Amino acid sequence: MKTRVMMLRLLMVFALAVVTVGAVGVRGSGMALAQDNMSCAGEPIGGDAAAASPEAGASPTAGMDMGMGSPMAGMEMGTPAAGGGGDLNIAFLPKDVVNPYFGTAAQGGQGAAAELGGQFQQVGPQTSNAAEQVTYIQTLTQQQVGAIAVSANDPNALAQSLKDAMAQGIKVVSFDSDVAPDARQIFVNQANAEQIGRIEVQIMGRLLNCQGEIAILSAASTMTNQNTWISFMEDELSKPGYENMTLVETAYGDDDPQISYDKTVELLTAYPDLKGIISPTTVGITAAAQALEAEGRGGDVQLTGLGTPNQMRAYVKSGTVKEFALWNPADLGYLAYYAATRLITGEITGAEGETFEAGRLGSYTVGANGEVLLGPPFIFNAENIDQFDF
Amino acid sequence: MNARTRLASLARWETLLVLLLIGTLIWGTARSPYFWQGSNFSVATSTFMERAIMALPMTLVIISGEIDLSVASILGLSSAILGVSWEAGFPLWFCIVLALLTGAAAGLVNGLLVTKVGLPSLVVTLGTLALYRGLAYVVLNQQAISDYPPAFTRFGYGNVNGTQIPWSMLLFLALLAVFAVILHRSWVGRQIYAAGLNQEAARFAAVQVARIKIWLYVASGTMAAVAGIVFTARISSSRADNAVGFELDVIAAVLLGGVSIFGGRGTLLGVLLSLAVVATLRNALAITNVGPEIQGIAVGGLLILSVLGPNIARSLSRGRSRPIAGTRGLRPEPEPGR
Repeated sequence: MKTRVMMLRLLMVFALAVVTVGAVGVRGSGMALAQDNMSCAGEPIGGDAAAASPEAGASPTAGMDMGMGSPMAGMEMGTPAAGGGGDLNIAFLPKDVVNPYFGTAAQGGQGAAAELGGQFQQVGPQTSNAAEQVTYIQTLTQQQVGAIAVSANDPNALAQSLKDAMAQGIKVVSFDSDVAPDARQIFVNQANAEQIGRIEVQIMGRLLNCQGEIAILSAASTMTNQNTWISFMEDELSKPGYENMTLVETAYGDDDPQISYDKTVELLTAYPDLKGIISPTTVGITAAAQALEAEGRGGDVQLTGLGTPNQMRAYVKSGTVKEFALWNPADLGYLAYYAATRLITGEITGAEGETFEAGRLGSYTVGANGEVLLGPPFIFNAENIDQFDF
Repeated sequence: MNARTRLASLARWETLLVLLLIGTLIWGTARSPYFWQGSNFSVATSTFMERAIMALPMTLVIISGEIDLSVASILGLSSAILGVSWEAGFPLWFCIVLALLTGAAAGLVNGLLVTKVGLPSLVVTLGTLALYRGLAYVVLNQQAISDYPPAFTRFGYGNVNGTQIPWSMLLFLALLAVFAVILHRSWVGRQIYAAGLNQEAARFAAVQVARIKIWLYVASGTMAAVAGIVFTARISSSRADNAVGFELDVIAAVLLGGVSIFGGRGTLLGVLLSLAVVATLRNALAITNVGPEIQGIAVGGLLILSVLGPNIARSLSRGRSRPIAGTRGLRPEPEPGR
């Protein structure tokens, strides 16, 4: 029974991981339309994050060269315990402080703090737990920090305590995983669903020279995020230039490593001419990479999708996966810190249409519902993967 | 055991807790300007009330010589039942009654397995810890239910108008009074001590040990459900992972309060003091930005000390043997020490 609970907890953690990866809502803002002409029509792929980002100057990895991946509970920068809402005293409250993903986001936040001369601290539970986050929010409110940047384990469970914090003049920014819109001023969103969907097809088009049979290995057939991305993938595929690249099947691995593995093998058997697999789920892409290598088809069948550098590193090195997409959590933390400071200084309030500068990332505009969009997904490949640890 | 030396040793233990509490308060005040404030009293207590409520029946259960590891899972299950019944459109009072009945039933199952089937309570409640939590996941089916009415969530989150006293604290104080009367002022309480001190002797003295223990488990389950309702209101969410791991804090607080893990000894006053110590310590560590690992180490260390302390004191004072019965039903009895 102990194992059963462990499995259920694992499932839960796993579901949270999927939510993290998929926390991008169902909003297609049309921003990515400009990239249409950069796909299989023969022009450079639009998804190149550095090239497409607003003011592309700096490398997306700037500020990420500090010891990475270590748990950062209670980590602090600057002088502690300086109160007063006017200071740039910003606390990050991630879903948990153990996940290297949030460690990377925290480094982004620290980098921003160093640039602005502000204070940075990160607190949070050791396991993803909404109730513990509530306790941390209450403590931070008591400490009168200037702003809280939170990645929520539950959008509603945290709402009351965050509203309480805002009532006391504390600014609230959510990043990575949103809270109820009336419980924060700004939500820093990773990338939108349309960009995520299209870029995966664009990468595959580049890898296959726009020719050959491809399949999609998704999570469960009921998952909203994946289904939204897939609808944008299909739309991208319907564009001129993709005539010779055909989607033969969308398989569902239920975000279970074993099922995803088996489905990959089934795809290889059912479609001997299969040239590529797109897996818009971190579990699926890892299992598919394993299956391709075990079947001796690595490099012969191209694989891309959404993955994390740590999970994909071995497959990128072995050549099974040449490119995959995700956003850069360091940029996410960097932007969240900047947005929080702009709220503290009163430069922005979270209203639609306001603009602010965010250091090396350039200028941003607050969208509907206080959303700020980080930018196009980031493409990881053999050249840049070793700069990331999450 | 000589009643007078026992009283004396308990008094010493409770004095120690008071000193510990004062020490923590001074340390917290010295370390953070935000500690000694009325609003922080509200923060420190409101997040601890569920554990405090569950510690009341746990005190009685442990004094009776048993243990209940499943309380946090019962909390999660009753919170889940509250959520799905509310979502199904039932009136809130009905959902609350349903949640309480769920807790009582879960406790009854524990009690029957321990007394009628005769299994060790440590094993039974370890099993139901996993079982009830699993049921909570099944009932909620990976979703969270959050659309509770503001009046309900205010009860869990808010303070009594114009004060820094959380509503849930009033509930706890009322329950504390009830449990104090039962344990320290009624024949039921005397029978609980008797059952914990020496189960066989109690049985010969016409104490209905099994019946009392069943009722204690029902009380434990019901109070876990009460805590579940408070918890659900506080974070305005029914989630399957609500209060995961709380059983450790609850048992730690009871043992630190001077209740003997071997049964038969302990007072609610001691438990009340230790609840104050643990809540204050956790709050002081959090507000001075000490990480969760260190908080865990501090509370765990206190727990070990609380079990070691009285034993060492006893062996120093006079090599008395431990009471015979009630080692969570695990037999044979560990060799009486020293």
